[in-house]
Amino acid sequence: MKPEELTDTLKAGFEKDLLKLERLGERRLSAHIAPGAIVNVARFMHVHLKFRFIIASAMHTKKGIEILYHFSDDSSGNLINVQVVLDEKRPEIESLTGIFAAADWIEREMHELFGINFLNHPNLEKLLSEGNWAEGVYPYRKDK
Amino acid sequence: MGEKKIIPIGPYHPLQEEPELFKLYCEGEIVRDIKWETGYNHRGIEKLSEQKTFDQVFFLVERICGICSTSHPFAFANAMEEIAGIEVPDRAKYIRTIIAELERIHSHLLWVGLAGHFLGYNTVFMWAWKYREPVLDLFEMITGNRNSYAMFKIGGVRRDITEAQIREIEKVMPVIKKKTDLLTGAVMDDPVIHARTKGVGILTKQDIIDYAAVGPTARASGVNIDIRMDDPYAAYPLVNWKVITAEAGDVFAKAEVRLLEMYESVTIIEQCLEKMKKEKEGETEVQVREIPEGMGTGRAEAPRGEVFHFVVTDGSNSPVRHKIRAPSYVNIATFKKSCVGQTIADATISLAAVDPCYCCTERMAVAYDLQSGRKLYNGHEIIGISQKESEIIRNRNI
Repeated sequence: MKPEELTDTLKAGFEKDLLKLERLGERRLSAHIAPGAIVNVARFMHVHLKFRFIIASAMHTKKGIEILYHFSDDSSGNLINVQVVLDEKRPEIESLTGIFAAADWIEREMHELFGINFLNHPNLEKLLSEGNWAEGVYPYRKDK
Repeated sequence: MGEKKIIPIGPYHPLQEEPELFKLYCEGEIVRDIKWETGYNHRGIEKLSEQKTFDQVFFLVERICGICSTSHPFAFANAMEEIAGIEVPDRAKYIRTIIAELERIHSHLLWVGLAGHFLGYNTVFMWAWKYREPVLDLFEMITGNRNSYAMFKIGGVRRDITEAQIREIEKVMPVIKKKTDLLTGAVMDDPVIHARTKGVGILTKQDIIDYAAVGPTARASGVNIDIRMDDPYAAYPLVNWKVITAEAGDVFAKAEVRLLEMYESVTIIEQCLEKMKKEKEGETEVQVREIPEGMGTGRAEAPRGEVFHFVVTDGSNSPVRHKIRAPSYVNIATFKKSCVGQTIADATISLAAVDPCYCCTERMAVAYDLQSGRKLYNGHEIIGISQKESEIIRNRNI
């Protein structure tokens, strides 16, 4: 699928929730979406378009806590970032573990390092620092 | 009967060279469930990266993994070059590709050796590691190091491969090919290896898609993904080669994929060397003055699968955010599928089949008091505690 086709497909399918589409490079796209639509968009990418979920990156910016879900279209080499911005005070978003098992670990890691609450995650426990890290201290946030 | 016993593998175990705890919930001989504890190796590299300059980050990410120490700098360079919009000279592309492929050969040989060792077949272990030596010698000749080669920089490579070195590499390639023939024969035709690996630790195509597994783990289950082909970078689109896949998804298929991939690596290196001779010696980099504000994603196919780096820059000289995903992060999670239902004896080889790399997965932790959130120890204090402990042991022994 060419990036142009992908842009059109996304525009047609998620007109309301699609906030911004950016072309970052020859085979790179970024789609900003409303956080409420993440499950539908992820399911569309994984089930319908057969994209592979690479990983998600969270970051703390002036806008709040941002998550970028990176998807790879291995048939064409395109890489698309699905970007959401969450409220800094109460970062919450629906878990993607119901769609693909690959979301399990990274959501636990983001929960641990950024304090993001993933709703309906079956086992939202710490992944890396079991038992030796203070509650409510999030090392990857930039508030200190 | 019916009671589940927990059999731990790790965190420190003679079978594993790195710390990780797997708890096998067994009913008799059969593994019914598997749980794990990670974090023994978490070094906070993503956070450290934010405090380093772009040139320093290369040395940092190179130390994520000792075996595939080129794949992380490779992916990071790809990400940075995407942000800055840089096209590296062809000679640099060939050198990058040669280093990456030599690394694939030595990493796969290391795996074949370890797999043999896990099966109790130590002849394969001795052979594979012996034949890995000439590759490491090549690295020493080209880069000065047997591991952690420090070849990459933004815009090119730090060292050229000279005419004389090209001739040396050309001499070693047929030797590697011959030894791979020997190893492939020894593995593919051996009835013991067949019996121990065929039908063991099967991952179906759906498991791979569900867990988003990558690399030889995915290719052995018939999922044709290889970043070198799908999202081509460096010199991969300039040479002829093919992606190796197998259908069975068991441990044997994973061994087959890795062994046959070594031939492809030799083919790629030979073509790169031939093409490099036409390029002017010394043209190995472009000058990079500034890294603009932006975000970039870099991918590289490491021996274990796709390495993914995501970098955000703000126009300063260090990353604002640097996310790293190593292939083992997604591949290790597939144990839930490959080990459950197997006997304990097969669990070890099923664990080893994805070629897990724990330091990659977790990429120094600081201890905090749970109640107050106060830092308990800093680095110096931890070293102090360690030295005191050594002193006590020493005195005890006297």
